[in-house]
Amino acid sequence: MNEHAPALVVMLPIIGAVLIMLIRHNNLNWGIALLSGISTIYYSIILYLNARSVGTISYAMGGWEPPVGIEYRIDEFNSLLIALIATVSFLILVYAKSSLNIELKKNKISTFYSMYLLCLGGLIGILSTGDAFNAFVFLEISSLATYVIISMGNDRRGLLAAYQYLIIGTIGATLYVIGVGLIFIITGSLNLYDISVKLGDIELYRPLLASLAFITVGIALKIALFPLHAWLPNAYAFAPSVGTAFLASTATKVAIYLLIKYLYLVYGFDLVYSNQIFIFVVLSLSIIAMFGASMIAIFQSNLKKLFAYSSVAQIGYITLGIGIANYNGLIGSTVHIINHSIIKAAIFLAIGCLVFSSKIVNIDQLAGLGKRMPMVAVCITVSSLSLIGVPGTVGFISKWYLVLGSLEQGLWVVVFALAVSSILALIYVGRIIELIWFHAPVGGMVSQNKIPFEMIAVTVVMTIATIYFGIDTRLTGDLAKIAVENVLLGEQL
Amino acid sequence: MSQQIIYLLPVLIPIFLSILIKITWEIQNLRYPILLSGPILALWSVYKIQQNSDFMSSSINIFDIFPNIGISLGLEPISFVFIIMVNSLWLVATLYSYGYMRTNNEKRLGNFFSFFAIAIGCANGAALSSNLLTLFIFYELLTVSTYPLVTHKGDEQSKQSGRKYLLILLGTSLCFFLPAMGYVYYVSGNLDFVSGGLLTTTLSGMEVNNIAISILLVLFIFGISKAAVMPFHSWLPAAMVAPTPVSALLHAVAVVKVGVFSIIKVLVYIFGLDILLGLFSVDFMIYICGFTIITTSVIALKQDNLKKLLAYSTISQLSYVVIAILILTPSAIIAASMHLVAHAVSKITLFFAAGAIYSSTGYTKISEMDGIGKNLKVVSIAFTLGAMSLVGIPLLVGFTSKWYIVQSSVEVGQWFILLIITISTLLNIGYFTPIIYKFFFKNELKEVSFKTLPQDINLSIIICCALMVILFLQPNLVMEVISNVK
Repeated sequence: MNEHAPALVVMLPIIGAVLIMLIRHNNLNWGIALLSGISTIYYSIILYLNARSVGTISYAMGGWEPPVGIEYRIDEFNSLLIALIATVSFLILVYAKSSLNIELKKNKISTFYSMYLLCLGGLIGILSTGDAFNAFVFLEISSLATYVIISMGNDRRGLLAAYQYLIIGTIGATLYVIGVGLIFIITGSLNLYDISVKLGDIELYRPLLASLAFITVGIALKIALFPLHAWLPNAYAFAPSVGTAFLASTATKVAIYLLIKYLYLVYGFDLVYSNQIFIFVVLSLSIIAMFGASMIAIFQSNLKKLFAYSSVAQIGYITLGIGIANYNGLIGSTVHIINHSIIKAAIFLAIGCLVFSSKIVNIDQLAGLGKRMPMVAVCITVSSLSLIGVPGTVGFISKWYLVLGSLEQGLWVVVFALAVSSILALIYVGRIIELIWFHAPVGGMVSQNKIPFEMIAVTVVMTIATIYFGIDTRLTGDLAKIAVENVLLGEQL
Repeated sequence: MSQQIIYLLPVLIPIFLSILIKITWEIQNLRYPILLSGPILALWSVYKIQQNSDFMSSSINIFDIFPNIGISLGLEPISFVFIIMVNSLWLVATLYSYGYMRTNNEKRLGNFFSFFAIAIGCANGAALSSNLLTLFIFYELLTVSTYPLVTHKGDEQSKQSGRKYLLILLGTSLCFFLPAMGYVYYVSGNLDFVSGGLLTTTLSGMEVNNIAISILLVLFIFGISKAAVMPFHSWLPAAMVAPTPVSALLHAVAVVKVGVFSIIKVLVYIFGLDILLGLFSVDFMIYICGFTIITTSVIALKQDNLKKLLAYSTISQLSYVVIAILILTPSAIIAASMHLVAHAVSKITLFFAAGAIYSSTGYTKISEMDGIGKNLKVVSIAFTLGAMSLVGIPLLVGFTSKWYIVQSSVEVGQWFILLIITISTLLNIGYFTPIIYKFFFKNELKEVSFKTLPQDINLSIIICCALMVILFLQPNLVMEVISNVK
């Protein structure tokens, strides 16, 4: 079985999704989801170990040899990302059962699990596939599942948010396909590796640049890179808490991986970065995202929306590293992909606990939380501090690499922007911390459900991870190093 | 491995203590022994480290955070003096605060003492750090861990102050300190504290970009805003809303002293004195510090709130230390470190006295304090001694340090510093004399019932006074250690 691991990590969640739709028994389906989650983790770890020992694995899907057939290319970078995403999704699944019982109608829960697994399968597919069009298919699978997840919450505004994302997401996918079509016309191939080889012989000319532009913008819509982020705040705010935690920690990150893959592996460093305008646009959009979204976050009153805008700002950090485009900048980017997914999972899971126990939606309702739910309050505080980049948390690690990277490029403006955006983060986080610890509880908040053990446990585990990976950076730092040295900048170094 | 644990002890002991306090707080009889065991154990662990290392030249890597740089601890002369000072004053402050918090019926005592201990743990970590990254991490953690102390009262005013506190301290360190540290790493590929200065050693023989080094100096001094050099000083008076023992801890022992200590460490071990000689930003910073000293002393003249006055006086005294180190001679390092200790001891005495007056009478304003010297003899005399020490009157430690600052500034012909010190001494006399006059020579405004102070408050105040005299008689306790700095 192990030689089919590249196919299994994608297929297992999708098979699980189908089974769940057929069975439609909520608790049993939870079990199935957990089972397919844990088997995905198992095979992803096998993949990683294989990639580590033998290097890049090329798997021909259905036995059709590449470049004609669909190829799955697994290297050390994406295999570890698959493992991480599978693990985070599994933990969120453990948490999901009690939370969904409160937040969803009984008859929707099975559908939710199914969509969750479908989305997971799609995301892992994007990570592992080596085929441009197959990536599009998985992008659509995960997006369609996402639309459903967003629309499932009890809040009817979720429908609008899902519709909004549907429109924007479809536009993004269309742009991506146009880009892929252009590449296909130029190279006659859809296999990413094959394309990158063929592009090496081609003189730089307009259609190639056009395809780069289409693909970048198409994926940027999925990433929610400023100013293409309009769908994200509503989607995060009105999706069920489990859905928000899952999307925030996985979906955008996978899209960023896809973008990085195109920029560095398909088009190649030289082609992309010979273009000064490209760097300028990416850098300035990232900086605007860091500022603008943080500014908006300061004035939010809806808790989930606040952190959604903070996500837009943090995505700015990740793309900033892509724009800095040197060794340390890229390490900063890749590290922050992981770090931010841990932070946001912790925060949104903690918010899920709040929704569970007393239907907290707005920031004002946080008043006096420190007394009522000290455990959750500590989790929110710690993971929010991590957003600022306080040393001892993961946020600091990413920031350090980004600062180093921009200093090496002589980009003092960027260093300054990083610093100021941390202060903006401090302001919106400070507001929350004050409310949690220094305000007396507002009356009428007495009735509350007791939060089940597994929800607290998962939240605490994610919070501890934000500290643990801020101190012991062997896993995350090594991943970033491997990614940058072996995969992304392999030819430059 | 065991070596690593020994180096970590001064950080770990207070942190374990804080957990212990949280757990056992309900058992009344255990409170005092547990509280006092912390500082004593911490001092013992420092002694152990000192025994284990061939004084000062070894440092130990605990674990890596980034490739080749991580948490690394070690003991060298300046940090030895600093850590001994912090932990001995912690002992005294524990005595005092337990009495104070009991007398004033402050709430959530257990929380208070456990955060207090964590703050000391962070200060110890900063003291022992042997590279810039470790220093930075503990510096930031100290800010975060003292935030609950500043806002202990939990009312609207303390929330506002807490906001200012976090915003200025975290903001400046992320805006200036972090990029400056990044630049040092970029230039030298390292962040270790090296005797003779990291930048001096790595850049020797190379063309030095004077402008970059100048900007770096400014970034460091403003970035370490715990030293409260203007214009980033306003968090300090704001933090005065905290209970007096916290103010004593913040403004005499932990927070502000970690600030100036970090500046000394950065100048001595990161820059190295040689590379800074003749840079225009050194002069620029001397003028800024001089301006800070004079301005804050003038502001202090107008204060009616005793703790606010002490806060402004602290700002000016901190700039003394910074200005002293900017003289950039070996004797200046000694003078700066001496003043760091001298001010700590004197200012903690003053704060203890102010807190004792408040505990006994409820007065916070100077205008109310007429004639309290008759009833609160010990406290008033201690206040007078502390004030005299800060002014620089012989027989007290403040004289010694001021003398050395004057001496080293004259050696290099820094007449500007001499002028500043003279003016500020006059201003010191100007704001302290009326208070002392009121204490002893005015009649009481109204009849008040004086609460008798608990013995632990009196004892801690007397210990502080004794320390001021002892350090005057035996300045070598500090100076001989510091003179080991290469």
